This record gives sequence, C-alpha cells and structure tokens, in this order.
Amino acid sequence: MARMKFLCDADRCIECNACVTACKNEHDVPWGINRRRVVTINDGKPGERSVSMACMHCTDAPCAAVCPVDCFYTTADGVVLHSKDLCIGCGYCFYACPFGAPQYPRVANFGSRGKMDKCTFCSGGPEADSTEAEYAKYGANRLAEGKLPLCAEMCSTKSLLAGDGEIIAAIYKERVTQRGYGSGAWGWKTAYREDVSI
Amino acid sequence: MRVMRACRLISPAAAAVFMAIGLLTLAPAMAQSPSGTNPTEQAVSEQQLREELNKIQGRITIPDHKAATLEQPQGRDYRGFREGALPWIGAIAILGMLLLLAVFYYIRGPVRMIARETNIKLLRFNVLERLVHWMTATAFIILAVTGLNFIFGKRLLMPLIGPEAFSTWSQWAKFAHDFVSWAFMLGILIMLVMWIWDNLPDRYDAEWIKAGGGLFDTSDTTHPPADRFNAGQKMIFWSVMIGGALLSISGIFLLFPFEFADVTGMQWAQYVHAIVGILMIAVIIAHIYIGTLGMEGAYEAMGSGTVDLNWAKQHHSVWVEKQAEAGSLPKSAATPAE
Repeated sequence: MARMKFLCDADRCIECNACVTACKNEHDVPWGINRRRVVTINDGKPGERSVSMACMHCTDAPCAAVCPVDCFYTTADGVVLHSKDLCIGCGYCFYACPFGAPQYPRVANFGSRGKMDKCTFCSGGPEADSTEAEYAKYGANRLAEGKLPLCAEMCSTKSLLAGDGEIIAAIYKERVTQRGYGSGAWGWKTAYREDVSI
Repeated sequence: MRVMRACRLISPAAAAVFMAIGLLTLAPAMAQSPSGTNPTEQAVSEQQLREELNKIQGRITIPDHKAATLEQPQGRDYRGFREGALPWIGAIAILGMLLLLAVFYYIRGPVRMIARETNIKLLRFNVLERLVHWMTATAFIILAVTGLNFIFGKRLLMPLIGPEAFSTWSQWAKFAHDFVSWAFMLGILIMLVMWIWDNLPDRYDAEWIKAGGGLFDTSDTTHPPADRFNAGQKMIFWSVMIGGALLSISGIFLLFPFEFADVTGMQWAQYVHAIVGILMIAVIIAHIYIGTLGMEGAYEAMGSGTVDLNWAKQHHSVWVEKQAEAGSLPKSAATPAE
C-alpha cells in the first residue's frame, strides 16, 4: 500500500489559488470552509514564498489523539479521515493540528461549531465509496476511482504534488538536483517526522 | 521609396546583431540560473522560521484570519498535555482526594457534636443564600461530570456503551456544559457579593489554623472561636471565587472561539480551564465531605438553613455572640439552654 502525502514545492507556487478553487468546486464545500489555502510568507519582500496547505495526513495525527469521541481513523493508504456522525464539534482538533486543517461550518457561534470538515485527500469518509451519502458529507471520492487529489492534479506549475510519499519525494529530489535549489518540503518535519534529504 | 525599403531591411538586421551580442554577453550568467542568482539565497526557509518563531505566519486572501497561520508545531505540545499530562493530573487529584478523605474518615471519623441538641434553631443561611448555593452546586456538578467526560469519557465510558451512543451523550454533554456554565458564572458572582464581607480575614483565623480547626482532635473538644465563617470555610470560599473566576474567564474564551485569542490563546485557555477545573473538583469533593459525612449538623445549615444553637456555639462562637448582641437570636435562646 502507498503512504499518501502532500508536498508543496514552494519555489514553484505562484499563489494562483487554483488548488483552493478546484477543491471547493470538486467537493461542493460550503461557504467559509477552506479545506485548502495558500499562505504567502514574507509577502512583498525579497525571498517571498507561497505555500499551499491543507491537512497533511500526519503520521500519528495529533487531531486523532485529542479527539474526545475518537472519530478519526487512518486508512490503509495513510490518509487521516473522520466520521461526521461521531464528531461533536468540540474544536480540540483545531487546537492540536499543526497546519490549521480542521474547519467548522459555524466558527464563533456560541461554541456550537457544527461538524468538523477537512481535506479527505479526495477519499471521502466512512460511508460506502462514491455514494450520495458520502458525497454530501465528505465530497468526492477520487481515490476510489483511481485518481489523485484534484488540487495537485490541476496545479498549473506542478508545485503541489500528491501521491505516494516515496514517489513525490523522489520527484521533488530530482527537481532540486536538476535546478540546483529548493526550500524544502514544507511541513514534512512536523507531519511525518522526516524531511526530504537531498 | 527606395530609402524606406532599405530602412526596413536594415532595422531587423541591426536588431538581430544587437540581440546576438546581448545573448553572448549574458551567456555565462544564464548557465547559473535564468535570473543570474540563486532564487533560494534570500528565500524564507521553513527550518529557519521554525527555529526563530513557534508559529509560521503569512498573508492570506480569504477572510478567515486563523488560516494565515501556516504552521503551529506547538499543536503537538497541546496534544502532549491533553493526552499525556492531563489524564494523570485528573486521576491523581480526584482519586487522591477521595482516598485521602476515605482514610481520614476511617481513622478520625466525623466531627461529632458533644453538647446535646437544644431545639433552638438559628437561621444561618436565608432563602436567597441557599437558592444561590444550590444553583451553583447543581451547575458545578453538571459541569464537572460533562467536563470530565472530555478527558475520561473515551477511556472509561466509550468501551462500555460503544462509539455511537457515546458520541450522542457527548454531544448533549457539550451543550449542557456550554449552557449550564452561565448559571455557574451567575452563582459565583452573587456569592461573591453575598459572602465577601463574612469571608475577609479576621483575628480568629490564625488561631483557627493553628488548632487545625479542631479537625484532628478526635475528642471533638477543640473548637477555636470563629465568626460566621471559620478560616477553613474562608479557604473554600476564596478557592471557589478564584477558581470560579479563572474557569469563567477561560470558559468564555472557549465559548467564543477566536473572538478574544488566536490559536495560542485558545490552547492556553484550555490549559487553564482543564487544570483549574480538575483542582476545583478535588476541592469541592472535600467541601461536600465536610458538609455531609464529615461533620454532624453541618448539612442542616445549607439544607434547612437553620442550625442548632449548641452546634453554632461550638463551631461559630463569635457569630453566636454577635447575633445575641444584635438581638437576633430566638427569645428562648437569650438564656443558655443548658
């Protein structure tokens, strides 16, 4: 089995936000929820970099550990998913998540946030694959159709890579050796306790 | 016409020559990179940012300001606290207090009343005081049970009733915790106004503390003088006030997420709320013990609101004297009943 990961090559990201839009469209995500976002660091200064960030599907995920109702599970592909039927909207996963991935339909509404929503690596939830019930709660299940996450698939500069960790790390390494520079795999140290060594 | 044609031919040729020269001079620079410099020389590096700051923040184009935090590895510390330290703090504080009280009860037994009852009753807590006390008490018990559910529920209850039933219970527990908290906060406020004057330190406190309040005298004859509240009760009062204030403030931060704090502030609100909550539960267990099992005649004061004259003389001698001076004792109590 593959171990699915995201890798954002910050030297290629042009902050076009197409990954954000593609994600919203593919999964029919409600207003206010951003499963993926692009953050620009040192905006307007020399050395500015943009990074596209979503759930990194951590190894030993902090969200899963702090959940008071244990609604998270990790698939055989290493994707961290959760059950909206069990989620009580306590918000603890957001405090624990190093990447700000968990989203809630109502944020400041007297603590009644509603069910948590986050990136599913385009692989749905606990419902049967590619059913209407699954789509309504978690969005499209592209992995079940043999496709990779749409955000990375349609990235115009191929900055965002999604797929088996070893394969995307190899692609990134090859790029870095060829062009002679690279600002690293953002978030990998925190999410997977490993870096892409070049 | 001829001149014009010649010009048309010359200018592209001249341009080509210029461009060729340009390319030749730029060629060494292009061998390095298209712009002639290494683009990562000035670029921000994740490792450097993480070493300098505990969070990596940037600019975002969506209205959700929380999303501007790219990385907060401290989330792992929050997880370490919630899943590592907190259950231990909770278990040790609560089970430790229960064990301590059980041992104390087994060795020492309840504080008994030596003098016989007089049938003369003194009003100790009026209707408002009792109402506020029991409102706050009921709220606190609901908050304590639903709060502990967030720490111990998945460890103790979920294996028994299954994830679906546990999720339903936890959802209702969360709503109860969010809404009952207002009754608790109101109760704390009214208690502060109602009882603060009787809980200010006075000259009897030092002696009371020195004598351990007579708690460790198994003959039940040690009764240091005390006004309306003795030093022990004052300690309960002030721990409830300080603990209640900390719980209320941190609780409001949590009730209105990200209104008053960023993610670091929210984590701190949780640290304070969880630790103070646990300590308060331990303190209140001791309070319940001394108000019921631990002392004869103590429950009556908050139950019916009245206490026996001799009980009052034993435990709150100064208070009884002041009541007598003010002439607010029942008539038959003006002369000692013995």
